[in-house]
Amino acid sequence: MNQIASIIAATLMWIAASAGNARAVTPDEMLPDPALEGRAREISQTLRCVVCQNQSIDDSSAPLAKDLRVLVRERLSAGDSNAQAIGYIVARYGNFVLLRPPMQINTALLWFGPALMLALAAYGLMHTLKRQAVAPVEGEAAPLSKADEARLARLLGENSGNGFSERSTVATGGKAGEPATPSTNTRRKTS
Amino acid sequence: MTLAVPNLTRFAPILAFGTIALCFAFALTNDPRKMPSTLIDRPVPTFALPALEQGAAGLAHTDLKGPVTLLNVFASWCPGCRVEHPTLIEIANAKAVPLYAINWKDKPGDGLKWLKAHQNPYLKVGDDPSGRLGIDLGVTGVPETFVIDGTGRIRYRHAGPITPDVWRDTFEPLLASLRTAK
Repeated sequence: MNQIASIIAATLMWIAASAGNARAVTPDEMLPDPALEGRAREISQTLRCVVCQNQSIDDSSAPLAKDLRVLVRERLSAGDSNAQAIGYIVARYGNFVLLRPPMQINTALLWFGPALMLALAAYGLMHTLKRQAVAPVEGEAAPLSKADEARLARLLGENSGNGFSERSTVATGGKAGEPATPSTNTRRKTS
Repeated sequence: MTLAVPNLTRFAPILAFGTIALCFAFALTNDPRKMPSTLIDRPVPTFALPALEQGAAGLAHTDLKGPVTLLNVFASWCPGCRVEHPTLIEIANAKAVPLYAINWKDKPGDGLKWLKAHQNPYLKVGDDPSGRLGIDLGVTGVPETFVIDGTGRIRYRHAGPITPDVWRDTFEPLLASLRTAK
């Protein structure tokens, strides 16, 4: 059973790995020079197909993607560097055509936003944890006053007998009316 | 904590949520298919396209200087172009603005046939079967229309058909302001 499972897992991983190589480049588009073709493939994988929503022009089978692939190969064959070829397309379609947004002032929030949010969340979490660590100390009961001590002793002594009425008052002490002394409130957390 | 500030940090999570929700609400209304044109305020690229039929004059970038003009990109296989066609005919008949066109990525003869079957609102049409001028203009689909001012600079790009509403609300004010600004 384990063997079958691992074979299936390995097959799935192999399929997933090779799926990353999916491409729409047809043989007639490919350049004869393998170095140029390699650069063209690399560049194509970083350019967005603007009519496809999140495919690169290397992956997409849309006609516009094909046009752009051919254009990239033409620019490279004409001697453009990678940056020049990409710049040629960005000049016509804007920064949106880059799958990896450039690091600029107006994309700073895009790049650093997630890290910033993580930092804020971590700070908030630390703050909350610290407050929770402090709270139980506040909950320590203050010492009872002399009157309360006597009352306590009396109640405890009456527990063995019929302390029904007194007990019910104690049980509903908070609800039947205001507690006689404020010290009984100290055990309730006020946060 | 001293008692100077009341316990406002309890509102931090809801404030953070509210801020992020606002950002998402704004971003979700953005149509990802709408791309701003990078050619705004830049001169029309230099080009010279052949005509659709023998003997007629093609279209060149020099044709687009002088008055404020519209450059319409269309194709015979494009349903949106069929939709905006009556509006373009009205514009041409009223001589509201000179109309020029690029026939984008059409098989030879198809564009001409389409124009002959429905009327031709354009003063001149250039043939771009490879779509190369389209790429120079940043065209991603048809129909698209560019507003070009008197100096030959692109001032506005409308992606999609020109409906009467679009004409009245977007184009007419823009044309008026461009003409008075000259």
